[in-house]
Amino acid sequence: MQKISRHIYTVSEITQAIKNLLENSIGEVWLEGEISNFKAASSGHFYFSLKDQNSIIMAAMFAGANRGLKFKLEDGLKVICFGKVDVYGPRGQYQIIIERIEPKGLGAQQLAFEQLKKKLETQGLFAASHKKPLPQMPFAVGIVTSTRGAAVRDILQILKKGASCVDVVLRDVRVQGGQAAGEIAKGIEELNDFGKVDLIIVSRGGGSTEDLWPFNEEVVARAIYNSRLPVISAVGHQINTTLSDLVADEFVETPSAAAKIIVDKKISLLTELADFKHELNFSINDQIGQLKNRLTGLTHMLKSPSDRLLEKQQQVDELLAGLNYNMRHSLELAAERSSSLIQRLEALSPLSILSRGYSLSMLLPQETVVKDIFQITPGDKIRTVLHKGAFISAVEEVFNDERKTGI
Amino acid sequence: MTKEKPVFEEDLKKLQKIVEELAGGKITLGESLKKYEEGIKIAQSCSLALAEAQRKVELLMKKDGKFSLEKFDDSDIEEK
Repeated sequence: MQKISRHIYTVSEITQAIKNLLENSIGEVWLEGEISNFKAASSGHFYFSLKDQNSIIMAAMFAGANRGLKFKLEDGLKVICFGKVDVYGPRGQYQIIIERIEPKGLGAQQLAFEQLKKKLETQGLFAASHKKPLPQMPFAVGIVTSTRGAAVRDILQILKKGASCVDVVLRDVRVQGGQAAGEIAKGIEELNDFGKVDLIIVSRGGGSTEDLWPFNEEVVARAIYNSRLPVISAVGHQINTTLSDLVADEFVETPSAAAKIIVDKKISLLTELADFKHELNFSINDQIGQLKNRLTGLTHMLKSPSDRLLEKQQQVDELLAGLNYNMRHSLELAAERSSSLIQRLEALSPLSILSRGYSLSMLLPQETVVKDIFQITPGDKIRTVLHKGAFISAVEEVFNDERKTGI
Repeated sequence: MTKEKPVFEEDLKKLQKIVEELAGGKITLGESLKKYEEGIKIAQSCSLALAEAQRKVELLMKKDGKFSLEKFDDSDIEEK
């Protein structure tokens, strides 16, 4: 009877065997898949799965490997990674230990940018409500840039020519490379601490997306956001807006344009001041003019005493003239009245009666007018006056009854 | 001496108020003349501050937690 020699593995032995087999025969691979069940452990290690339509594989990326990662791993992200297949004995699981990972499609950097942008936006770093107004006139400007770069030359040149009243405090930093972001952020903070500037310009000249990358870093965005002084972002670029631009209180596309903002402020202020002066002159001249007009009016109304005397004299003259007229008039009236009276008198005169054939008898010698027959007796002498001439006669007979006279 | 920003902005506000008061025409000539004189003075000093050419360009340094300013030589920068 042949003894069947049988080898009995322990679990650890078989696991080790599998481990050796897998690790040796597959070893290091490039792998494409979609991330799911992503977890970042407090140790700094990342644990997740990679899957496609049909299969899934556990994945681990240890802290040492993921430390320099520019973008964030998240569920649903399609990635290409490099790693080695490994068997994790304690759980009886095979998995892939990832050394390098990059997003499929988008470049890693671009993805990182998009992810950070989204995060900062959610946290309100781009909010219009947080943006500070620029000062009416910044008399002292802080510039965070490289003193060896073109940006600083451009800015200083334009300020020298157009706004020489502006003092400049430069904070020299690297504007590209790995340490640039940290230095830029620190520069912004230090200018805030220094405090003797009214405005900060964060700037560098144009360059490739790579060159401008520090201005897309979170540390720079946060420094701008936290700056108490208003910040202008002036990073030379053609296509993409940097995160610095989005956080800054104002952004322009070239360093020169940042300097021009200040020059324009100066020019518009000078114009405004000239306008103010003009308005002041107008107002004061207007007020003086109005007062002059009032004065002329009042002078006109205020006559001199000699003028008033003349006025009185004239009044007297007028009254006298009136008086003369009235007197003449009343004299004329009186004359008229008297002549009519004379006419009436004439009409009443006995002489005029006599002219009509009547006569007047007077008893002599008294010459009393005889009106009654009892005044006379026969024998009396009577003087009779006619219209023309007179005669004396003696009374022969007297009749009591006038009817007997026969007249 | 360059004007400080707060002083300048304060002056500008004051000037604007004077211009409005004077345009309102509700004050006596004596007051107007006083305001006018003050206004013109402020406008002139503000204009002067903007025309100032005495600018400084300095480099901010920080050593042992202390700030210092060094002169920055920009004499090679041409006025275009």
